[in-house]
Amino acid sequence: MSDVILEARDVYKTFHISAGAFRGKRPLHAVNGVSLKVHRGEVLGLVGESGCGKTTLAKMLLGLLDPSGGELLIEGEPVGGAHRLHTARLIQPIFQDPYSSLNPRKSVGAIITLPLKVQNDPNPETWRGRVEDILDLVGLPKRVYGNYPNQLSGGQRQRVAVARALINRPQVVICDEPTSALDVSVQSQILNLLQDLRTELGLTYVLISHNLAVVEHMATRMAVMYLGRVVEEGESQGLFKNPQHPYTRALLQSVLTPEPDLGIPDAHLGAVYPNPVDPPSGCTFHPRCVDVMPRCSSEAPCAIPTGSGHVECHLYDADAAA
Amino acid sequence: METILEVDGLTVDIPVAAGMLHAVRDVSFTVRRGETLCIVGESGCGKSLTSLAIMGLLPRKAIRTARRLSFEGVALDGLSERRMGDLRGNRMAMIFQEPMTSLNPSYTIGNQLEEMLKRHRKASTREARERAIFLLEKVGITSAASRLSQYPHQLSGGLRQRVMIAMTLMCDPDLLMADEPTTALDVTIQAQILLLLADLQREFNMGLILITHDLGIVARVADRVAVMYAGQIVESGTVKQIFENPTHPYTQGLLECIPIPGKTPPGAHLGSIPGIVPALVGEQRGCGFAERCGYAETECAARAVDFRAAPDAGHVYRCVLTPDRSAANHRAGSAV
Amino acid sequence: MSPPNGPSTAGTITALPVAEQILEPSPAAKLRRRVFGHAGVTIGAGVLLVIIAVALLAPVLAPFDPLDQDLTQRVIPPVWHEKGSWEHPLGTDQFGRDYLSRLMYGARISLLIGFVAMLISGFIGTALGVAAGYFGGRVDMVVNFIITTRLSLPVILVALAVVSIIGNSLWIVIWVLGLLIWDRFAVVMRSSVQQVRDLDYVAAAKALGCSTTRIILSEIMPNIVNNLIVVATLEMAHAILLEAALSYLGLGVQPPAPSWGLMISEGKGMIFFDSWLIGIPGAALFAMVLAINLLGDGLRDVTAPENRN
Repeated sequence: MSDVILEARDVYKTFHISAGAFRGKRPLHAVNGVSLKVHRGEVLGLVGESGCGKTTLAKMLLGLLDPSGGELLIEGEPVGGAHRLHTARLIQPIFQDPYSSLNPRKSVGAIITLPLKVQNDPNPETWRGRVEDILDLVGLPKRVYGNYPNQLSGGQRQRVAVARALINRPQVVICDEPTSALDVSVQSQILNLLQDLRTELGLTYVLISHNLAVVEHMATRMAVMYLGRVVEEGESQGLFKNPQHPYTRALLQSVLTPEPDLGIPDAHLGAVYPNPVDPPSGCTFHPRCVDVMPRCSSEAPCAIPTGSGHVECHLYDADAAA
Repeated sequence: METILEVDGLTVDIPVAAGMLHAVRDVSFTVRRGETLCIVGESGCGKSLTSLAIMGLLPRKAIRTARRLSFEGVALDGLSERRMGDLRGNRMAMIFQEPMTSLNPSYTIGNQLEEMLKRHRKASTREARERAIFLLEKVGITSAASRLSQYPHQLSGGLRQRVMIAMTLMCDPDLLMADEPTTALDVTIQAQILLLLADLQREFNMGLILITHDLGIVARVADRVAVMYAGQIVESGTVKQIFENPTHPYTQGLLECIPIPGKTPPGAHLGSIPGIVPALVGEQRGCGFAERCGYAETECAARAVDFRAAPDAGHVYRCVLTPDRSAANHRAGSAV
Repeated sequence: MSPPNGPSTAGTITALPVAEQILEPSPAAKLRRRVFGHAGVTIGAGVLLVIIAVALLAPVLAPFDPLDQDLTQRVIPPVWHEKGSWEHPLGTDQFGRDYLSRLMYGARISLLIGFVAMLISGFIGTALGVAAGYFGGRVDMVVNFIITTRLSLPVILVALAVVSIIGNSLWIVIWVLGLLIWDRFAVVMRSSVQQVRDLDYVAAAKALGCSTTRIILSEIMPNIVNNLIVVATLEMAHAILLEAALSYLGLGVQPPAPSWGLMISEGKGMIFFDSWLIGIPGAALFAMVLAINLLGDGLRDVTAPENRN
């Protein structure tokens, strides 16, 4: 029976975008009512395309952005704000771009020691040893301690980012596209490393990725986001084999696996891309949905429980007249 | 099918502070009308420079040599910049990765589309406009006439890439080169763009060279595949040959790195290729992959490795291992 | 104390079997190489160092006391003139004071004023610019308003007004300049901070729980300090020229101090007959400002983002 380590309760985040010189500002609901529970030891895959809000949600989980509404809790305590240092001990990020996630003016040693400094870790004389231990753990030679980021390759930099995230032994790691900026042969090294560290250190991951093959490989649970809401969520293997929401189906169909003879799938989504400032009425996916029904344009669907999670779609609304 | 592009022994050298960078080394391939060739490789393998070399768009310092480089029978080597400019955009066209930087933000889409036809075919504004609308509709952009007066920043990434494609088709080219055309796009849009390219290729009977690092795209789109590593083509063949019978250790390693939903056991280790790409500055000796290859022998690093034919016709690879040894290694490796 | 998760687990983690070479020299080493290869930087720095050395060693090097008047030696031309002599290599002024000595001591005044005014304006401008760039929103609006107000003030006229009310002395000049020329610092620092603040390593530092002060001083500043140095050199030159102008107008340093601007002012009456009285301090000013500008431009080239990989 695993406990809930990270929770989002009806979280909203609204930005105000100027719509032109004299037209004032309009609200952009980047995250539009998201509720999620992440259990200890899980890997939650958060997928969705540009504008779905997954990056904004990740920033709120890390305490980098304050929600406009709702609550975010880690181990039951609110994230960020006055609890900044406490949150930092529990949840850490790994970012996408290894070229901008390390301060170019700091040595690797200084970068990885910073978390210890910020937390006022006692016994500073032990710090160097601990940094060298974690370099070993992520597969880097000890001698990179004095090197600068520009002297390392992309894969090595990403390992430094992992070391920085893990030196204080957090509970949860938010991996925001951790391998998208890396070559394929380096990606697999980093993914293997992340797998091993999860087992070794008992970590929980929230894995954000647009690469669904990677998510299917690593995640135990998956949540699909569209225009700020979680439209489907459930156990990863089940969701992959049997997606319920039409968007999830289209998304999974569009994954191009390296298998010749299968051609290019047509998910019939159309080129009409929604404007997040002016979203469609009712179910925001309805203009692109192949299974659209009349009520979809007027009524937003609510969360309907499925075997391992939930889906927001009128197709599964048992109360509706057949 | 007639051959429209012949590349034989293409080499690109770039002088840098530390010496001579041998970015592209002895690359050879042909492209026929109606055929899709995918050049696949990781960063630094020279695939982008190869396409720029063919188009004559290399940086000024770069030195291009080739035994043969001809487009529809015309040798590209001796052509003046003016004649290359006539060919570019007209008979051979290129789509780049970032649609925002390929489109000029200060001009409307209509302007940029029409200019292609006016410059190369001396068409009138009316003719150019008609063709622009025709092509925008072909690439799936609705209400094309009203789009002509829009600026690039008013469109989403997927739409901009479609406009780029329309722009390259304005003059009905015989050869289309696309360098990572969908890397910056979402997965669902990517599939649509690739479908579009395939349809258009069939309809306009063009040759298509698609450069990418994504093996998934290669598998679904290519007729023929050339795998590049450290400036050289290390394996080439039909798409089935490459994916079902990869013979070069690098190709084998690369395929093992990719998780395939439904096939790769979830949570298990993925294959990986240890080490990093070698520096291509200075004299290159032997096989560029030798340092990272699990099956390397002493002769691999000693002298240059030539192509060897695999049993299936048209499938060649650059390795000292015989096809049987390579297949046995591959089976043993994946059984672990 | 046994290391946690040490060697025993290394075998199970994906270690690197092939030693990966370190690819490039460190940022400091690269910078050093570029600096010494750049003509503008070496020439500018070289000339400036000579001037600083002369200024510091003036008490030792100067043949005479710069304030020493000798009315029997008035208006002697420099040594290259037929009436000149090596006793006064650069001649004397209308009070018989040795021009070479006055030039050397004048360098001290220019350098002191330029340097301290640059420090004061640098501090003010950087503080405002960094605050505007980092916090954005209302802070940015307020700072922009302050900058716009400052830009609409003509420096010379304000200095004139202040000095005529308070009086002029070396330190009043320094403070007036320092409080007026901070605008370029603010603008450049603001845009530099904006470029850096959205990068991932700043987000990572925030996620670690770093305080705002630590983020600004330890994460952001080291990455924009090269812009700061370039602006500092240019503003130092700016301050020196302004001081010369103020002194020329009688609003700067008081006579008999050997400020180069004052020397030009005192010699302007004899511009047609004894033009060296203006020419020599003018040439000195030109050389100093040129050296500083060459250095500043050179530093800008050498630390340009294109030079980063």
